[in-house]
Amino acid sequence: MFGRLSLDALPHDLITIGGAVTMLGGALLVVAALTFFKRWKWLFKEWLTSLDPKKIGVMYLIVAAIMLLRGVGDALLMRTQQALASDASGILTSDHFQQIFSAHGTIMIFFVAMGVIFGLFNLIVPLQIGSRDVAFPFLNSVSFWLFVVGFGLVNLSLMVGEFSAAGWLAYPPLSELQYSPGVGVDYWIWSLQIAGVGSLLSGINFFVTILKMRAPGMTLMKMPIFIWSVLGSVVLIMFAFPILTATLGMLSLDRLIGAHFFTTDAGGNAMMYINLIWAWGHPEVYILILPAFGIFSEVVATFSRKRLFGYTSMVWAIAAITFLSFTVWLHHFFTMGAGANVNAFFGIMTMVIAIPTGVKVFNWLFTMYRGRVKFATPMLWFMGFIVTFTLGGLAGVLMSVPAIDFQVHNSLFLVAHFHTMIIGGVLFGAFAGFTYWFPKFTGFKLNERIGRYAFWSWLTGFLLAFVPLYILGFMGATRRLDHYDASMGWQGLFAVAGVGVLFIGLGVALQLLQIGYSVWKRNENRVQGDPWDGRTLEWAVSSPPPEYNFAVIPEVTERDAFWAMKQSKVKQESFKGTLMVPKNSLLGLVIAVFAFMIGFGIVWHMFWMAGIGLVGVIVCVIIRISADETERALVVDTLAEAEGSK
Amino acid sequence: MEAENALQARNEKTLLGFWVYLMTDVVLFATLFATYMVVRNGTNGGPAGADIFNLQFVLVETMLLLVSSFTSGLMAVAARKGDIAQAIWWLIITFTLGASFLGLELQEFSKLISENNSWQHSAFLSAFFTLVGTHGLHILFGLLWSVVLFAQLVKKGLTNNVTRRLSLFGMFWHFLDVIWIFIFTIVYLMGVVS
Repeated sequence: MFGRLSLDALPHDLITIGGAVTMLGGALLVVAALTFFKRWKWLFKEWLTSLDPKKIGVMYLIVAAIMLLRGVGDALLMRTQQALASDASGILTSDHFQQIFSAHGTIMIFFVAMGVIFGLFNLIVPLQIGSRDVAFPFLNSVSFWLFVVGFGLVNLSLMVGEFSAAGWLAYPPLSELQYSPGVGVDYWIWSLQIAGVGSLLSGINFFVTILKMRAPGMTLMKMPIFIWSVLGSVVLIMFAFPILTATLGMLSLDRLIGAHFFTTDAGGNAMMYINLIWAWGHPEVYILILPAFGIFSEVVATFSRKRLFGYTSMVWAIAAITFLSFTVWLHHFFTMGAGANVNAFFGIMTMVIAIPTGVKVFNWLFTMYRGRVKFATPMLWFMGFIVTFTLGGLAGVLMSVPAIDFQVHNSLFLVAHFHTMIIGGVLFGAFAGFTYWFPKFTGFKLNERIGRYAFWSWLTGFLLAFVPLYILGFMGATRRLDHYDASMGWQGLFAVAGVGVLFIGLGVALQLLQIGYSVWKRNENRVQGDPWDGRTLEWAVSSPPPEYNFAVIPEVTERDAFWAMKQSKVKQESFKGTLMVPKNSLLGLVIAVFAFMIGFGIVWHMFWMAGIGLVGVIVCVIIRISADETERALVVDTLAEAEGSK
Repeated sequence: MEAENALQARNEKTLLGFWVYLMTDVVLFATLFATYMVVRNGTNGGPAGADIFNLQFVLVETMLLLVSSFTSGLMAVAARKGDIAQAIWWLIITFTLGASFLGLELQEFSKLISENNSWQHSAFLSAFFTLVGTHGLHILFGLLWSVVLFAQLVKKGLTNNVTRRLSLFGMFWHFLDVIWIFIFTIVYLMGVVS
């Protein structure tokens, strides 16, 4: 009945219990608060069943923020361990340490970075292309709720059972049943599998949205650059995520029914897994970074009060990166032994992909040149990004030379490199975008002073945490070490890195404080539609925007559409009539519950539960594809609303 | 007029979206094909393709599927003409052909398993069962979908929504045909030749 599940699955050691209690406590606190303030109905009607991409976007950001806290907590544990474990055992057991670094990587990529970019897609894309909605609003809600299922499974593994200890990409043969017989790898597989399907559906959704729902007059070459970057990103999602789905599927067949894809015996080939996972994994890096590039392009142009320099070259750079990102995956395992010629090809392609990225850096710099630059917090994040990202990128070009890669492969040098790209690139981009667009969705700005403090804490912490890792990498420290010999002389540098994480933690705390304080003092920072003197269409509507975004769909004649409207002083037309908006639907959430049963059932070998889940999902889909009335009419009178808001 | 435009726009969006979904499914199958090609010599002392494939049997399967693709096309023609009765008939015939295909495939699988050549025996067999089985699973979902469409046709007639869903089903079914052609060539023909 309960498969592999028994009371033994509950946590035993102190740190896991602490984590589990924190999570449960947090969840209970939220439930209590909702009950106390009688907000259940509100939550249900306004959020959980909403198909409005603006609401879904906010929910993505909330999930990502929770996961960021957990990911930073994991980082803190790892660095504490490494700072202490010079000839000592530190605070964590080896097995626990392995689970933590596996969880850290998985969480940060799949649930923080992906959550943040999907959140911003949902919030910004429809507004910026002058559309009332995404192409498939219901599918969008399904995507989000599948993402939440992945989130749920990862966090549940902390309380019931264990998480994977096989690294964030679970290389076989270690991740095969023979070496990882527990439920950890299964949790990893199924949280990613379910969230991954959600990501794929989201990718399709935004692809169609961008191609089919742009405002009249917005030709491809008049799209805001953020939209171009999203287009590149979703094309990559569409091509890369099916590879992940198939690969995880095969790994789980190995583990569940005794197939032999990646096993060491019976003809299996573990190297195939490593090729496949990186054929997804490298594009994934660009799925994350392209939207960050797009955000920075918008931020730089707005705060320099200039058109973006080199729009066309920017578009071609995005297109080039989108294509080239599928030709470099082998640089993740030069040492595997594919041969000198293959390594040379992938090494050269890796160097080539740096060229369009370099083009972008110069475009941003030239946009600032002779602009009237205003150093608001989004711009600070950009300045931090441009320095760290360029340095990290150079480290990447260095490693693209196979001969050098052989020296630093799997060392902390590599770890420092990709953290520079993902923190300095994706995360700083997300923070810039969050600060920049926050007033759009709340109607008030974030506090600038606390924002600056948070930025400087992050930047200091980031440099303190990762510059030592570059050095340690050259000294021979490999990644995923839970203890080392004192004679190596590494402890000092590990201690500095640990202090760096503390600063990052301070930065996160300041960001939370910033949000809390800004909400508290919101009346001091009220804004109208266009607080930053923006250039693109999202600023043409009120803040927060109405449910339908645009009562009258704007006509676009130029690239920076809203800027052009402001220059030519076009008045917005008023509108009185009815608009069709999607009805709320609970079905996305229900599908997620059933999908959760599939995941949880398979992890614990409770196949009856997985079966119920599967049937449930199918029934829900049939209900939805048989529904005809999915929209409701909304009476809109913009003149009256404008009066009302005065 | 505006309502008509909205309907038109919705149809276009859905068709493009579904088309794109099919392309992502192509990538999924491409991954399985690539894995199959890499591990197909990993027979672990067991049978290779030439030892277990029966080309005549597979040819019958192929013909069933190809004809079902044709009849699903005839269903689309009937739906376009607005002839519900004919559309329903072609849908039933398509379903029957698809179900027969799936029945034959299951027969092939159970024969292999009973001869102790299941997916557990070798990497080659794992890849074979997974690739062909994933296609079969798609066929199964297609059959289920056609049942739902049958019910909608009977209950609602050829409304805009039902017609659009029928064309999506047609795309899906043709797509499975294309994938099968690749399976037939790469798995069965090339398997027997080598």
